[in-house]
Formats: sequence, structure tokens, C-alpha cells
Amino acid sequence: MSELSKIAPKHTIAVLVDNEPGVLARVVGLFSGRGYNIESLTVAEVDAGRDRSRINIVTSGNEMIIDQIRAQLERLIPVCRVVDLTEDGPSVERELALVKVVAQGENRIEALRVADIFRARAVDSTLNSFVFEVTGDSGKINAFIDLMQPLGLAEISRTGVVAIARGADAM
Amino acid sequence: MSGTERNGDTATLSGAEILIRALTDQGVEVIFGYPGGAVLPIYDALFAQNSIRHILVRQEGGAVHAAEGYARATGKPGVVLVTSGPGATNAVTGLTDAMMDSIPIVCLTGQVASHLIGNDAFQEADTIGITRPCTKHNYLVQDTDEMGRIVHEAFYVATNGRPGPVVIDLPKDICVNQGRYEKPDLANLRHKTYRPPTVGKAESVAAAVEMMARAKRPIFYTGGGLINSGPEACARLQELVRLTGFPITNTLMGLGAYPASDERFLGMLGMHGTYEANNAMHDCDVMICLGARFDDRITGRLDAFSPSSKKIHVDVDPSSINKNIRVDLPIIGDVGRVLEQMLACWKDGGYTPDEAALRDWWTTIQKWRSRDCLAFTQGPDIIKPQYAVQRLYELTKDLDTYITTEVGQHQMWAAQFYKFEKPNRWMTSGGLGTMGYGLPAAVGVQIAHPNSLVVDISGEASFMMNVQELSTAMQYKLPLKIFILNNRWMGMVRQWQQLMHGSRFSETYSEALPDFVKLAECFGATGMVIEQPSELDASIRKMLDTDGLVIADVRVAQEENCFPMVPSGAAHNEMILGDDGAAERPKVTGEGMALV
Repeated sequence: MSELSKIAPKHTIAVLVDNEPGVLARVVGLFSGRGYNIESLTVAEVDAGRDRSRINIVTSGNEMIIDQIRAQLERLIPVCRVVDLTEDGPSVERELALVKVVAQGENRIEALRVADIFRARAVDSTLNSFVFEVTGDSGKINAFIDLMQPLGLAEISRTGVVAIARGADAM
Repeated sequence: MSGTERNGDTATLSGAEILIRALTDQGVEVIFGYPGGAVLPIYDALFAQNSIRHILVRQEGGAVHAAEGYARATGKPGVVLVTSGPGATNAVTGLTDAMMDSIPIVCLTGQVASHLIGNDAFQEADTIGITRPCTKHNYLVQDTDEMGRIVHEAFYVATNGRPGPVVIDLPKDICVNQGRYEKPDLANLRHKTYRPPTVGKAESVAAAVEMMARAKRPIFYTGGGLINSGPEACARLQELVRLTGFPITNTLMGLGAYPASDERFLGMLGMHGTYEANNAMHDCDVMICLGARFDDRITGRLDAFSPSSKKIHVDVDPSSINKNIRVDLPIIGDVGRVLEQMLACWKDGGYTPDEAALRDWWTTIQKWRSRDCLAFTQGPDIIKPQYAVQRLYELTKDLDTYITTEVGQHQMWAAQFYKFEKPNRWMTSGGLGTMGYGLPAAVGVQIAHPNSLVVDISGEASFMMNVQELSTAMQYKLPLKIFILNNRWMGMVRQWQQLMHGSRFSETYSEALPDFVKLAECFGATGMVIEQPSELDASIRKMLDTDGLVIADVRVAQEENCFPMVPSGAAHNEMILGDDGAAERPKVTGEGMALV
């Protein structure tokens, strides 16, 4: 995380793109080439029939930078639409994490209790380890990870944020 | 893929043949290129036809600059054909140059056969990856049937909206394989998703006209967007300036969009702009920016840029809005169309400018003008570079003249002292500042306008950067006039070293220069040395009267600096003037030294 992101507000931006080779490289190259921050990025095909993919990017910056990011994204030829979910009204954000905890004895039991509170599921187990699956907004995932830290946290895999606007309007 | 049995009545052709057909259908007359292994099938297809002329350059970088010169001088897209690997990487500087200056270029790059891509094959480079950030868009053709569609789409993207370079990477097998091609309905071609803006929002245009009518100290600040939009846009600009009576200044890229001889024209603005243009920009109350982008050469220190003005910004590229300077009224649209809307709105609304306020404003501007910031003293012994450009202008202004430049002091003197009356007459590398641009660009211009006078105002250091293109010019018998302001320094770098680095002239002396007369002669051209101020006019006439290519080695004052100058880090109204006492000069700060 850069210095900038600690002070500048975060924005979640959804980008609908033509699902053609290299389109992700264009988007990522734009961010690195112009010095914008990427805190998380997810991408997947969302409309196979019409060959569209959706990229969700969590970035940060003041208003002028966020406006630039949006305009620069729209300038890319295969980009169909750009929506700043943070700016354009309420939205739902979710992230999934797989968290490996290696623990025995009391710590192992405590890890299960915490997982229960967070509605995390154990998706793998050995006699001295668990892999938990936890979903929620990034804050919840961070809190879960923080709690697991002293209990034997060994490895984390996170999807990054996926987000969608609330309400009936579609992108 | 390579079968010939296909349904439908369209004949199958090789990919290379489809490419040539599509280019022909686009109206392409000239390609600037250099052959190589990966593009052999394309050169074979070129060999078999007569509608497209191929101009063989001496290095691929020259091909792109030549195409840029061709594009700038005609308003048509320039087309480039280079081979894979080094052919493509040599083209990168030109592509970046075209990207920065919004020049429509379609660059065809050869590529190794599809099955070899990614194997570090001979002359393989990741052209798509390398050119992604320096093109408006790029394509890898993966199916011969797609060739035609992609070529037409590439021309659409290169020329619509904000123009720019587009690369089409062509694997060798795709060019050899058979495929189908049908000429599309080009007039109604639309991109799947790309919708460049055209007209501006009517209410924004109305608001802009309202602001203009109420302005007390207005100024038009216009740029290369006018040239790209076309001669009609420039004509509309002239009409709007005439209707309003407002002063106007042009950026380096915009020179020629408005006639320089008109009294409302304040000259170029920016780092080496005129005292009156920069002061008027600083003190104005309404700034109408048309097709320019608040580049750092224009604004100087951002927080001191035109602090008390309301700013209207017309641009076809939404990402230009509020990028460097926050504006009050953005209008997204093609500048020619928006000018048409503004004119209609101004006339229909019966608007008139605030004549009394404008009179005061012009009085102030005349005071700045009387400072005569471009003044220089020409002594009897050594030719001043400003004088050389001034005389060149006087002796060529009534001819059908096109000017190209390289980059540096000579470029700024050309911008200051050569007065352009019409668009498309001035070819220079603005955004990227590419030394070596001028000679190949002149080749492109002369190919487009074989009977016109094409002069490359050059510096001895820049000239050496693409000197190999002399051979191209000789092959096609191009009667270029290369006017080298030879001060035996990389002059602009030397100037910065003098002003900002304590006159420590590190590596900026043009050592071991060739004898330019002999150089010209060894290529079969004519060379001449001009040393005396008194012989300058006669020598320029002789250069113009000489058939074929001429290199004029004009020996100019070595230590001359280019003024006015806004030093980096200074506000745009803090200019160093040529005849200033040192006390008046703005201080170069430590922060400024870190800026380019």
C-alpha cells in the first residue's frame, strides 16, 4: 500500500471491457504508467455471449485523480463502460479469503470459535491445521485475519473486491 | 486455416493481398517502410500492384516520422510498414511522438509466424506489449479472415476522436494464408464500442458564449486540436476571433491555425512564448482554450497559472479536462464542430463583446507588445540564428512553403520568427521533443507535396540523429532545403546548463562534426556554407534556386540563447527576457532544477 492510499479516499471502480486478448494488460499498464494505485483488482468474464468482462478495481486518490482515472479508462478502445461505485451511490462489496491456520490445543479451539463468529467455514482440516473460507467486505476479512494472527495464521489467499451497485439499475 | 474452399461468392486471397486491398480501399496512396523477413509476403503483394507507392526509408524510425510529416501536411493518416523485432522497436520513438502530438498513423509491423510467438524466435519482439502504452490502440491479427475488418477498424480508430497511432501486428503465416475480404461500407463504419465525441453539449456552448460576451480581459488559447480538426475549424476560429475582437495565442502545435500576420495574434505562448502572450494568459479573466491541453510548457508553475480567470476548455478527449488545470466550463467535442456551435450561438443570440473593456485590455496588451520581447541585435560579423530564420521567412513567405524542424533552440526560433498564415504548413515534434524528427518529416511532406518548397530548419546536432534519411531523399529526388542553424552546440541543453547548472557544459559540444558541404556532395546533393550576415540573403536565394536537395550550413552565433524563457519551476509570467539585467531575472529554484 502506498503513502497516497493512507490519506486519499478509496474508490471502487467497475470497468466493463470487450473480452479481447490483452485488455487486462491495457488497464493494468494504464495504472502503472500513470502512477495510479491499485489496491485490489478482480477480473472475470460476466457475459460470455456478448464477450464482456468486468474488472473491479479498488484505487485511491483525490477527486482530480479519480476523475482522471475514469477518463483515462474510458479512453481505452476496448473499454465499454466505467462506473465509480463509491461515487455513484450505494453499492455492495464482497471479498472472499481462504485463510490457513496451523494450531494445536487451545489455539485450535479458539480459531474455530472465531471462525464461527465470522461465519467462516472450515473447508479443509488436518489434525494441526484448518483452511477457513470467509466472505464479507474487506474490513470484515481484515478483522478475521487480525484475530487469526496470534492463533497460528500461516497463509492467506484473497480474491480482491467484487462490487455491484444497489438497486434495480444495471451497468 | 489455409484452405481455399470457402462458401460464398467472395474470392479467397492471401492475407497480404487482403491487406493491400483494404489499404487501397482506404485510399492509401503512400506507405513509408523498410522490408525484412517477416514482411516479405506483404512486400511481394506490394510488388504486384501499382496503386500504392512505397517509399523506402533508411531506418524504421525515419519511416514513422516521414508518415507523421505526411499526415500533418495533408490531414490524411500516414501509413508505415516495418518488419518484426528491430523493425518494430525502431518504430517506437515515432509512435510515441505521434501519440504525444495526436498524429493519425497506421503502422503495420511484421511478426514471426503465429506458432513461433513467445519462443524467442529470430527477430521476434513482443510488439503488442511494447507498443501498448505508445499507441492509441494496437491489434494482433490472429485470423486471415479478420485482416480486412481490423485494417478498416484501425484507420477508424487512428483518425476519429483524438487522432493517434495504431499498430497492426501481422504474423507471417497470417499474411501467407488464404482468407476472405469484402469491402465494407466505409462511410457508415462504426466501432463496436468506441464512440468518439462530436458536437458539444448545447447548454455548455451557450454558457461559454455567455461568458465570452461578458468578458473584460478574454483570450483565445488554441492548440494542435485545431490543425487536427481541419482547415474548416481554423476558418471558423478566424471568424470567431473577428466577431469577438479577442486576442489569440497559439501553442507550438497550433501554429498556423490562425494567421500570424493578424494584429489580434499575440504570437506563441509558453516556455519560449512572447511576453505579451504569456502576460495576457496570466492576467485574463476569461480563457477560451480550444484544442490545447494545458501542457507543462504552457502553464509553468501550476499554482501560479492564470490565477484570476474563468477557463473554458474545448477538447475531444475527456481525459484532457482537469488533468493539469481545473477548468470552469469543459466542453467535450470536436473543436471544429464546437466552434460552429459557438458561432451560431453568438450570432443567433445577438451577442456583442464588451467593447469598452476590450479597448482597455488591448491597451494593456499593446504595452506588453511594445516591450518587443523578440528583439535581437544583428551585428556585422556573425549571423544571429534569429536573423537567419527571419530572412528565411521573408524570402520564402510568398512561396508555397512547408517548414519542418528538429528539436531545440532552432525549433523555438523557427516558432518565434517564422510566421504561419495557414494550417498544415508547420511540422514539428512538440510533446515528445524528438531530435531527428525534421529530416524524415520533410521527406514525408515533400512526397505529399512534390512541387512545394519544403524546408527543414535544423540544428547540427539534431540533423545528425537521422542523417541517413538523406539517402531516402536522394532516391526519390526530393528537393529538400535543409537549413542548419549550426552553432556547434546542443544549443538548448547548453542554454539550460548555462542558466541552471552554473555554465558547466557537460557533453553538449558538437564535437567532430562532418563537413556538411562534403556530406551533401557525397550523397549527390548540393552543400553550402553561409557565414556572413551580409551574404545571408543572397545565399538563401541561391539555396532556393538550386535544383535538388541542398544543405545550407549556416554558421550562427554560438552562445546565443533563446528568449523569452519561462525557467522551469517559475510562473508563466516570470520570463527571462533577452536583454534583461540579471537582477530582473526570476530565480531558478532547487525545485525547478528537478523539473525538465
